[in-house]
Amino acid sequence: MTDATMTAPARSTGFGRAVRGTWNAVFPVVVVVSVIFAIWYAACVPMNIKAALDQAERDGVIVNPAGATARDRRDMSAIGLAFKNPEQAGDTFVQERPRLPAPHQVARELWKTTGDMVLRGKAFSKRSLLYHAWVTLSATVLGFAMGTVGGVALAVGIVHSRVMNMSVMPWAIASQTIPILAIAPMIIVVLNSIGITGLIPKAMISAYLSFFPVTVGMVKGLRSPDGMQLDLLKTYSASQGETFWKLRLPSSMPYFFTSMKIGMAASLVGAIVGEMPTGAVAGLGARLLAGSYYGQTIQIWAALFSAAILAAVLVGVIGALQRMTLKKMGMVR
Amino acid sequence: MNTTSQPVIVAEKLDLTFQTNDGPVQALRDVNLTINKGDFVSFIGPSGCGKTTFLRVVAALEHPTGGQISVNGMTPDEARRARAYGYVFQAAGLYPWRTIEKNIMLPLEIMGYSSDEQAEHVDRVLKMVDLEGFGKKYPWQLSGGMQQRASIARALAFDAGILLMDEPFGALDEIVRDHLNEQLLALWDRTGMTVGFVTHSIPEAVYLSTRIVVMSPRPGRITDVIESTLPRERPLDIRDTPEFLEIAHRVREGLRAGHAYDD
Repeated sequence: MTDATMTAPARSTGFGRAVRGTWNAVFPVVVVVSVIFAIWYAACVPMNIKAALDQAERDGVIVNPAGATARDRRDMSAIGLAFKNPEQAGDTFVQERPRLPAPHQVARELWKTTGDMVLRGKAFSKRSLLYHAWVTLSATVLGFAMGTVGGVALAVGIVHSRVMNMSVMPWAIASQTIPILAIAPMIIVVLNSIGITGLIPKAMISAYLSFFPVTVGMVKGLRSPDGMQLDLLKTYSASQGETFWKLRLPSSMPYFFTSMKIGMAASLVGAIVGEMPTGAVAGLGARLLAGSYYGQTIQIWAALFSAAILAAVLVGVIGALQRMTLKKMGMVR
Repeated sequence: MNTTSQPVIVAEKLDLTFQTNDGPVQALRDVNLTINKGDFVSFIGPSGCGKTTFLRVVAALEHPTGGQISVNGMTPDEARRARAYGYVFQAAGLYPWRTIEKNIMLPLEIMGYSSDEQAEHVDRVLKMVDLEGFGKKYPWQLSGGMQQRASIARALAFDAGILLMDEPFGALDEIVRDHLNEQLLALWDRTGMTVGFVTHSIPEAVYLSTRIVVMSPRPGRITDVIESTLPRERPLDIRDTPEFLEIAHRVREGLRAGHAYDD
């Protein structure tokens, strides 16, 4: 009897601690997300109020200020109009082509073009965002792989060769100062003229953006062993190759994964930009472009969000790989 | 023992000048020293006196700008290739991604030992530094003193006859340091190795050494070489004997004579 009463509260506090722990982790996220949604909904009212008032007027409703035409309202403050016409606020969240779509509109569009299509067995139809995301993803991953291999190779060269150290780094930095929007169409046109089309040109743009963070991170990582550790290997008469495999490369791993995360995000941007100037018919970039041609703001926002979700997943995958690798290496406690 | 002594490290008129942005710095000037087989020689002196530099010249990590130095009758570079010495640095410098036994295997891998030999050497040196059973641990699971012992085991792993130690216990607290000094002395006694030991601490130098080399800075030079009269067998409380205090006094005098603190 006494035993039971002793253990019961202990177990409940353990459970309580677990709940509290989860709550402490989730609470800040919930707060931030709620604030963002609140600001977003609030912003929808002034952004879309003019179209809502025009529609209301056509439907025969008297809107404030009385007597002002749609033309007059165009030059008025949107925030002022929103305050004068609180009855029309609700109409700003349900328009077909709003200036700023409301969160639930974007969410509905996202569902309609992903989950709903999967349920209807048309996951890879041309109207499905999954299809477009897949097109962008394949270019991103291929470009990222090329950029990472190239970036690591450059870093190895820079660390081991004085000539490369002096000559390559300035060019690598210069390459990143050129706006990608300027150079992307040229890469595509040049590659097109020598018969390379489709995935490769987009992947090249991705690689162009993603090699740089990998190079910079790996140069730093491969140089991270201090003088004492290099001296130690010297006392064993270790070769440059042995120094690389046994000391430099393992030391660089934390830097490698961090720079890959940046490279992956850059790679996705590269693939999307690569889909824009060519009039590409598939991919998130093409979806963004088509949306802006036809004023489909909801479609644009849905494509933007799927790009963001894709980036988060890809960076998350690298983060998981990082934890696994460092744990296996014994570098995480 | 000293009657049959054979020289292991011989330095004659050794000079080393570093070229820095502030002009040349004479790290070593006219250093003459002979270290015999089985000696435990400490180098003591203030910062900048060239004690570490001398050790690095022996290890062929620095190259003298004048004079002669031989290690086991060879140049330092040849001696290094012949695996004449193991070097212990101020920090343990264990690889965090390798277990203790893998860390000790590092030199053996590079020197091309077979995996059977590697395992055998690791077992032996772990026993020597009292770390049996810790082979599978990662460095962060060990205390600072244990890590430094592992780094000594790593330096012993390939049977070098000479152990060069650059302030190996400088970062450890006094109690751990006493313990490690005692262990090091026992190790030296058992193996008959030749040890070159750089330190800042007078008691440490007197307690450990058969000979104490007192150095002074600007330019780095030897001001006194003191032969210890203490017996080979040294319990920790030998440090309270008059004999010990007398040697310590002489070291202190030597340091004061060559002082460069002009304030």
